[in-house]
Amino acid sequence: MVTSITSFGRSGLYDWMMQRVTALVLLTYTVFMIGYLLFNPDLGYEQWKELFSGTAMRIYTLLAILSMVAHAWIGMWSVSTDYIKATGARFVFQSACGLLAFIYVVWGVQILWGI
Amino acid sequence: MLVSVYRYNPEVDDAPYMQDVHIDIPGGKDIMVLDLLQLLKEKDSTMAYRRSCREGVCGSDGMNMNGKNGLACITPLSEVVENDKLVLRPLPGLPVIRDLVVDMTQFYKQYEKIKPFLINDTPAPAIERLQSPEERAELDGLYECILCACCSTSCPSFWWNPDKFVGPSGLLQAYRFLADSRDTATNERLAELDDPFSVFRCHGIMNCVNVCPKGLNPTKAIGKIRNMLIQQAT
Repeated sequence: MVTSITSFGRSGLYDWMMQRVTALVLLTYTVFMIGYLLFNPDLGYEQWKELFSGTAMRIYTLLAILSMVAHAWIGMWSVSTDYIKATGARFVFQSACGLLAFIYVVWGVQILWGI
Repeated sequence: MLVSVYRYNPEVDDAPYMQDVHIDIPGGKDIMVLDLLQLLKEKDSTMAYRRSCREGVCGSDGMNMNGKNGLACITPLSEVVENDKLVLRPLPGLPVIRDLVVDMTQFYKQYEKIKPFLINDTPAPAIERLQSPEERAELDGLYECILCACCSTSCPSFWWNPDKFVGPSGLLQAYRFLADSRDTATNERLAELDDPFSVFRCHGIMNCVNVCPKGLNPTKAIGKIRNMLIQQAT
């Protein structure tokens, strides 16, 4: 058993499951978005605003943002533990990733509920 | 033909280097790479490599031949030589002791970690612990591993984290004991593997399957370990 304090869920199985569940959410969101843009070629601001003013869409988008954050953390954590061997540099990199993820969540919420 | 061999003798050389040697293949026969190494050694007796059974059973002569890991003794030249040239290097990712001889300590440490022996706390029967033919069949494709390290040293996850990721060879053996009907330590074995490194550093690129000289499938075994972990979890 290798101990780890910076991984997402402390358990390899949990991280693995989370990675797959969040990937599914992101897949459906991406497909939905591409489909929406394809079926609305003359999309204007009003229609775009109306789409995001519905509670369901806000919940779905927030879910996608949180999924992206979890997915990105697990992925970037793996990349950093593979390639950055110096503990200090790895910690700085992981901190930057965590801070960026947090900023995206707050910013995303602000945008979604600021429409 | 031209053979380019990785040479390094830490007592003499400051750094490793590639030595180019021209070798005439006797009678133009399709000899094995190990036979070629013997010809090389006749030319230059300082050349070092491991070998023993010369028939793909002992796993001593694992090396990198034209970029692909394999056993020199069962790899014919026709299979690896390209444009009349062969590049021989030690197994990647492990410290080199000399020339084609690598230090396998890290590899064996991972093997030791998975407790490669039968654990059974129940009282031993008078004769032996029996298995049905079906239970025995579960071990096929697992027990044949000869620990040559061709798979683990072709795995980038093992290169980057040889101290944390068990590696394809160790995990194949881990599943060999998880799948054994006579073993009673399944839960303890699984608990040891449920961290972000030991099993889950495998990203399924299947380099291990591609190089295994015994035709085994560590990726499949790793998938089965993952399924056991999922089934055990709530």
